[in-house]
Amino acid sequence: MSPQLAAAFDLLPDYLAWHVLLSACALALGLIISLPLAVAASRSPRLRWPVLAFAGLIQTIPSLALLALFYPLLLAVSALSLSLTGYGFSALGFLPSLLALTLYSMLPILRTATTGILGVDPAVREAADGVGMTARQKLLQVELPLAMPVIMAGVRTAAVWTIGAATLSTPVGQTSLGNYIFAGLQTENWVSVLFGCAASAVLAMTADQLLGLIETGAARRNRRLMIAGGVGLLVGIVVAVLPLASFGKPASYVVGAKNFSEQYILAELMADRLEHAGGTVSRKEDLGSAVAYRALAAGELDVYVDYTGTLWTNVLNHQDNPGRQAVLDGLTTELKARDGVTVLGSLGFENAYAFAMNADRAKALGIVSLADLAREAPKLTLGTDIEFLSRPEWKAVDAAYGFRFKARRSFQPTFMYRALSGGEADVISAFSSDGRIAADKLVVLTDPKGALPPYDAVILVSPARADDQRLIAALRPLVGSIPVAAMQGANYSVDRDTDKASPAEAARGLSK
Amino acid sequence: MPQTAIELSAIEKRYAAHTALAGVSLSIAPGEFVALVGPSGSGKTTLLKTINGLVAPDAGSVRVLGEDAGVVPVHILRRRIGYVFQEIGLFPHLTVAENVAITPRLLGWEPARIAARIDSLLGLVDLPREMANRLPSALSGGQRQRVGVARALAAEPKIMLMDEPFGALDPVTRDQLGTDYRALHEQLGLTTVMVTHDMSEAVLLADRIVVLKAGVIVADGAPGHLSAQSLDPDVRALMDAPRRQAERLAARLSESAA
Repeated sequence: MSPQLAAAFDLLPDYLAWHVLLSACALALGLIISLPLAVAASRSPRLRWPVLAFAGLIQTIPSLALLALFYPLLLAVSALSLSLTGYGFSALGFLPSLLALTLYSMLPILRTATTGILGVDPAVREAADGVGMTARQKLLQVELPLAMPVIMAGVRTAAVWTIGAATLSTPVGQTSLGNYIFAGLQTENWVSVLFGCAASAVLAMTADQLLGLIETGAARRNRRLMIAGGVGLLVGIVVAVLPLASFGKPASYVVGAKNFSEQYILAELMADRLEHAGGTVSRKEDLGSAVAYRALAAGELDVYVDYTGTLWTNVLNHQDNPGRQAVLDGLTTELKARDGVTVLGSLGFENAYAFAMNADRAKALGIVSLADLAREAPKLTLGTDIEFLSRPEWKAVDAAYGFRFKARRSFQPTFMYRALSGGEADVISAFSSDGRIAADKLVVLTDPKGALPPYDAVILVSPARADDQRLIAALRPLVGSIPVAAMQGANYSVDRDTDKASPAEAARGLSK
Repeated sequence: MPQTAIELSAIEKRYAAHTALAGVSLSIAPGEFVALVGPSGSGKTTLLKTINGLVAPDAGSVRVLGEDAGVVPVHILRRRIGYVFQEIGLFPHLTVAENVAITPRLLGWEPARIAARIDSLLGLVDLPREMANRLPSALSGGQRQRVGVARALAAEPKIMLMDEPFGALDPVTRDQLGTDYRALHEQLGLTTVMVTHDMSEAVLLADRIVVLKAGVIVADGAPGHLSAQSLDPDVRALMDAPRRQAERLAARLSESAA
């Protein structure tokens, strides 16, 4: 077995357990909500249309967006509950995933259950009334049993959808089989991506087959088949979730990471040091950029690495660029004052947005600086990561130089570099600590007008851990300890196509 | 024992613009076998369903076995009244025995009493005992309606309501079932109200025929009495139909025999 595959199998019990737990809870909750709604909808034509339309509307929201929307919503509800009752809850991880997936599972169940109940022969309904059943007896003894095969078909569809969509809960901080896919995509570990897809598909098919047994049993009025399906499902869930009984002990530190290689490596580096200091650590990886900071401020993460420019423009909404040290100093005081977040210090390197081109191409066009780039832009295609064009940094640099590119295309960071070497883009919004800049022989264009803010990597500590001496002592030695070349090397060892290192291995390399 | 089994007073029922019943009063004595007849849309099925609360009248009162039907919870009332209709409506997910047992089970009878009742009912409606564990889908139309009658009789009701009960059956089965049911009516001392559009059936089975037209009763009496005395031309035409049919049948059958 390849080491990548072995590493994937090692992670399986934890990922699968969370995936199964999440999907099963969402499906159960979806059933508990949908069935009474479907009964009500089948009774009242006036209710039927809005209920089915609402469920249909939910389904049109891309599942990733639905998951993402629940995070700010829950954050607001949690803040409200904290101020009203003194109790808050985590807006990250299980809860937003559960709610989004529950909503997602409702449409097929609602539709089939409503259709199934409405499809019961009117003569049979009349007979149920005629023999003296109450409305409840009619529902439980006649309508639901007769609609059961149709309802089960809806439950099967819902199960397959839910298990598939549960892979998308990774970016809101919930461990799932999606961790294989998101992390694999970032580090170009295709074994991991395929492993995640296969595991999720096998899980979905297994659940579908077991639910199929119940459906067939219901259709043929075969109690034994139904019991076999139900028991199989239950045993499967219990066995899959069992590892959480040991994994589930509360971790003392939660280390966060955004969704790219450098973040995985730095999270591993910090986790390793915290573990050496005697702490237990859990990781929340693949977080969206804005999600990560808010999660830290809300105390759902204890520590993660962010970048001064991002914090300066996106969190504190500053438009200016007073210079590298002034930004760092300003952040340190303003974040502490506003959110109680501690800036422990800069790691020693910058991961700035940097416009990069093939060295040969830049030379041929006579481009050295962003001013030169603006001159040649109408002939060139700009490749960026997905968020860059909506970020204030782009607006600032565009305002300073006035770019008019021939075309602009967005990519996952990994594919952005491919686009540059493949000719789909002429210039990209690279990151200055990226190992591929050196490896791919790229040049970084200079910024004579100083439009791009500085991006020193800084360790941020949550308000609750501000006075945690063990954490501070473990992480402070990292301040100023990572030169940009070392970070580029570590990043490249994870991002390169062959002989890839895992983020943990790269982190060990860094700490040597 | 109350003087009347069923007492309907000034029943009115409207559906949007259409008046189904325009003030119908009808008194049915215990032991009577009443046929409700009339053209389609005359309100006969609506009238039948006001008796067991499947239709709630807009005005008027219903008394069943001396009790005001508006006071008794409707599902309790229905458990005391057998109901048989053309579509039968057997529960497809339950066996013959389970279908027959349904009302006794709702009433909370002892399992042993239910089992004995199923056994005797299958005999009563002339169904083989081995059918007890079959699903309705495995039965013929006539057998299904026999199960329908058995289910309606299961909780020993004093009153039976029948809405074109044999309408969907072939003529031989229909005749057989009608005759068998009339015998059960006598044997069990039932009060039966039967809706039918078939005058021959009404004349052959019922003691009393009530004719409805556009939501009102236009004639009411014993079959022989009704055809002789009615002034309404429609009623006379209705009552003459089976007689003319019988005469023509007799004539044609004798022709072919000759």
